[in-house]
Amino acid sequence: MRIGVFVCHCGSNIGGTVDCARVAALARDFPDVAYATDPMYTCAEPGQAAIEEAIHEYRLDGVVVASCSPRMHEPTFRRTVERAGLNRYMFEMANIREHVSWIGKDKEANTNKAAELVRLAVEKLRHNLPLAASQFDVNKRVLVIGGGVAGIQAALDCAEGGIPVVLVEREATIGGKMAKLDKTFPTVDCSACILGPKMVDVAQHPKITLYACAEVEEISGYVGNFTVKIRKRATYVDWSKCTGCGACTEKCPAKKTPDAFNEHTGTTTAINIAFPQAIPKKAVINAQYCRQLTKGKCGVCAKVCPTGAINYAMQEEIVSENVGAIVAATGYDLMDWRVYQEYGGGVYPDVITSLQYERLLSASGPTGGHVLRPSDGKEPQTVVFVQCVGSRDRSIGRPYCSGFCCMYTAKQAILTKDHIPGAQTFVFYMDIRAPGKMYDEFVRRASEEYGTEYIRGRVSQIYPDGQGRLVVKGADTLLGEQVEIKADLVVLAVGIEASKGAVNLAEKLRISYDNHGFFMESHVKLRPVETNTAGVFLAGVCQGAKDIPASVAQGSAAAAKVLTLFARDKLESDPQIAQVDIRRCVACGKCLRCCPFGAIKETEFRGETKAQVIATVCQGCGLCTSTCPQGAIQLQHATDNQILAEVNALCQC
Amino acid sequence: MKYAYYPGCSAKGSSKDYEMSTQAVCRQLDMVLEEIPGWNCCGSTPAHAVDTELSAALCARNLDIAARQGAQLLLTPCPSCLSNLRAAAQRMEKPTFRQRVNELLDEPAAETFPEVISVMQAIAREKENLVKRVRLSLKGVRLAAYYGCLMSRPAERMRFEDPENPLLMENLLAACGAEMVDFPLKTACCGAAFGIPERAMTARNSGRILELAVRLGVDAIVTACPLCQMNLDLRQTQAGRAFETRFHMPVIYYTQALGLALGFTQRELGLHKLAVSAEGLLNKLDGLRRAPAAEGGQS
Repeated sequence: MRIGVFVCHCGSNIGGTVDCARVAALARDFPDVAYATDPMYTCAEPGQAAIEEAIHEYRLDGVVVASCSPRMHEPTFRRTVERAGLNRYMFEMANIREHVSWIGKDKEANTNKAAELVRLAVEKLRHNLPLAASQFDVNKRVLVIGGGVAGIQAALDCAEGGIPVVLVEREATIGGKMAKLDKTFPTVDCSACILGPKMVDVAQHPKITLYACAEVEEISGYVGNFTVKIRKRATYVDWSKCTGCGACTEKCPAKKTPDAFNEHTGTTTAINIAFPQAIPKKAVINAQYCRQLTKGKCGVCAKVCPTGAINYAMQEEIVSENVGAIVAATGYDLMDWRVYQEYGGGVYPDVITSLQYERLLSASGPTGGHVLRPSDGKEPQTVVFVQCVGSRDRSIGRPYCSGFCCMYTAKQAILTKDHIPGAQTFVFYMDIRAPGKMYDEFVRRASEEYGTEYIRGRVSQIYPDGQGRLVVKGADTLLGEQVEIKADLVVLAVGIEASKGAVNLAEKLRISYDNHGFFMESHVKLRPVETNTAGVFLAGVCQGAKDIPASVAQGSAAAAKVLTLFARDKLESDPQIAQVDIRRCVACGKCLRCCPFGAIKETEFRGETKAQVIATVCQGCGLCTSTCPQGAIQLQHATDNQILAEVNALCQC
Repeated sequence: MKYAYYPGCSAKGSSKDYEMSTQAVCRQLDMVLEEIPGWNCCGSTPAHAVDTELSAALCARNLDIAARQGAQLLLTPCPSCLSNLRAAAQRMEKPTFRQRVNELLDEPAAETFPEVISVMQAIAREKENLVKRVRLSLKGVRLAAYYGCLMSRPAERMRFEDPENPLLMENLLAACGAEMVDFPLKTACCGAAFGIPERAMTARNSGRILELAVRLGVDAIVTACPLCQMNLDLRQTQAGRAFETRFHMPVIYYTQALGLALGFTQRELGLHKLAVSAEGLLNKLDGLRRAPAAEGGQS
């Protein structure tokens, strides 16, 4: 075998603390190395051309590049060697940047370690075999999970691109959190007015199938060929007959049903349409509060329904859909702020969340758009906003910033003045984070034009003064003083957390999630929409805190990724997967049980049971390889022999 | 059950009434408090404000005595003593700190110390016993539980319920029949030792607590700390002056309230030692006790 070694300087990234020329010189003495050199930038166009030239000139049949992490440039160099006529798996990478030059300062030690890693890669390459990918068909339909603004955007863009879309929404209406907002920053335009038309587009688009009141139950398959089971909850209303006229909601006697859409700021009826612009505009019965369903007598809605749509015997239903790609857009929920006992832990009615305040501001909310405080229905004259309640607080395990609270707090302070011109508004803040377009200007407007008093500091306590008002005690860290404000209403900018059930969904999708339940993107900077599971993409806050423009952008980006994937009729499978040597397999079934992807099945071979890998499902994790007592199942490109060769090389150094 | 007991300096002076009532209540619950021999002051605020090692040495000596007595648990009624003793035990876990403290002591301190908890926590473990022995229910009496700032904080040191909203005192007193209001300032600072150098500040802090208690219409504030009791009771006139009013709010120890329920006399509980008389509260209690009999109802 003839191997070429390229020890990259990466400018001074590697060259600064590794003697690259010496590593190349040492590499020339490694077995089968026919050529070694140390280019300045191997990944640049001249660097790649030099590799191609060397392959031809020195008749190389394998290449080692010692440079950065394979996560960074392995695909790049695989394409390079392929252009020069080699199989792309006859290439190995030694990571001497992240693993050597960036972490050590001792040049001699670094040089030795770099040489050892190159030796390792050479030895691995000597045991490599050319591998070939196989091809399979793509089902050009997409599943979008979550009908918030990110999911809506992804669904519409895919549908406009000609792709049939299945949109699954847990709630009775799409629109997500944005539908609950009164106005949006920094333009203060009506949220329902800009989102509404998009929601209608979803309802009317011939390529979009919408399942509301539904959740993803089970996902199987792989990129291009997923099978999804969707659980449709019983709504007790036949939506094919319901016209959304609302006659039932007017007559329903169970008027004390908690109103989840209004964030529990008011009550509603047991049969209900979430809000006037709801999509689908269909009634749903809350079974817990319906008198017919709980006590067996009432039936008023069935009597008044002009189309006979009410069906108290309705059962939940499981439907199955086949898709080729999935966009997760499950959004967020507010954290349970009741852990803050110093703010009353939820017992003071006039301490509310920012989302509840949105409902009080909204014309479709429980107060018809009049700001009236919950305790006595009076108009508040002093409103205090407290930011970072449950954000950037390590003491409760939430170190992250929720991203958009600074902006909506400024918006709510402005709207408060619009609703109640004489009102006084205060904002307690830690830092103002307003980096978006026109954002800082907006915050300044809240403070300069609308006279909102910004106080930099945390609130230590909120308590009722015994005379109907609330005392807000806090620190002004700019003046170094304690402050105390008598407020009529306190609005907490409650931090966000991953949507309830996000972790459960991640397990079904086989994607990673972080400590806080947010889904992990494939690369923080360069692959922000992809996940590590092929064919699964992310949009919106399920991946991390972001505001409406960013969520919409990511929704479109996810759609672009789906359209890119579907631009091909066939996909190539990765050959770096497990393979069973049926001569050694004893059919013990251990691999079957340990595979997290269900990629191994039993098969008959000449009357004997054997394990078989389903090539398109296997993700190449290697669990089965280390579980197999016979060494019969081997991960291609990382076989036991290849790994042992590396270990041997390292131990001989 | 026997407990090693560290009364703290106040118990022998300014808060004799706390000590009397604590002893009375514990006796009634068959909790034997054995004062550790030859104990010294925990150093209180002055020691740890000047030198944490000196403060720890003072505490370590007491912990050492308790350890040598074979105690598993050491009880103290005073939140400030509790805080200092627990802080010292925590800091002594660090070998370098322990070494420096040991140099200040005649002999190196014991390797392991008993855990220090509040008498209140020990009484709470006897809650069933307490309920059984209630002779005169506090039903009809409205009380505000005030823990002061030290009992529950810092959370990781004190490990005393929710640091912002402890409920232990409420649970004990409610078990005796009292009506406990939600008292939002239950862990606010009374001004503590600043009663001497910064009297205005203490007056403001204590006044705020008293003002809210008045607004909530309670018959008394119930406290667990000698210094809080002093600021709210003895300095009540000063606090009133700062708020341009005259408060008349009895401030009693929770052990005095429990003692009343257990049937002790005012004198046995030291209630005659209060600066702001609790007569109103006591008369109300007397009235309430007679009322059911007059109505022919059950007690």
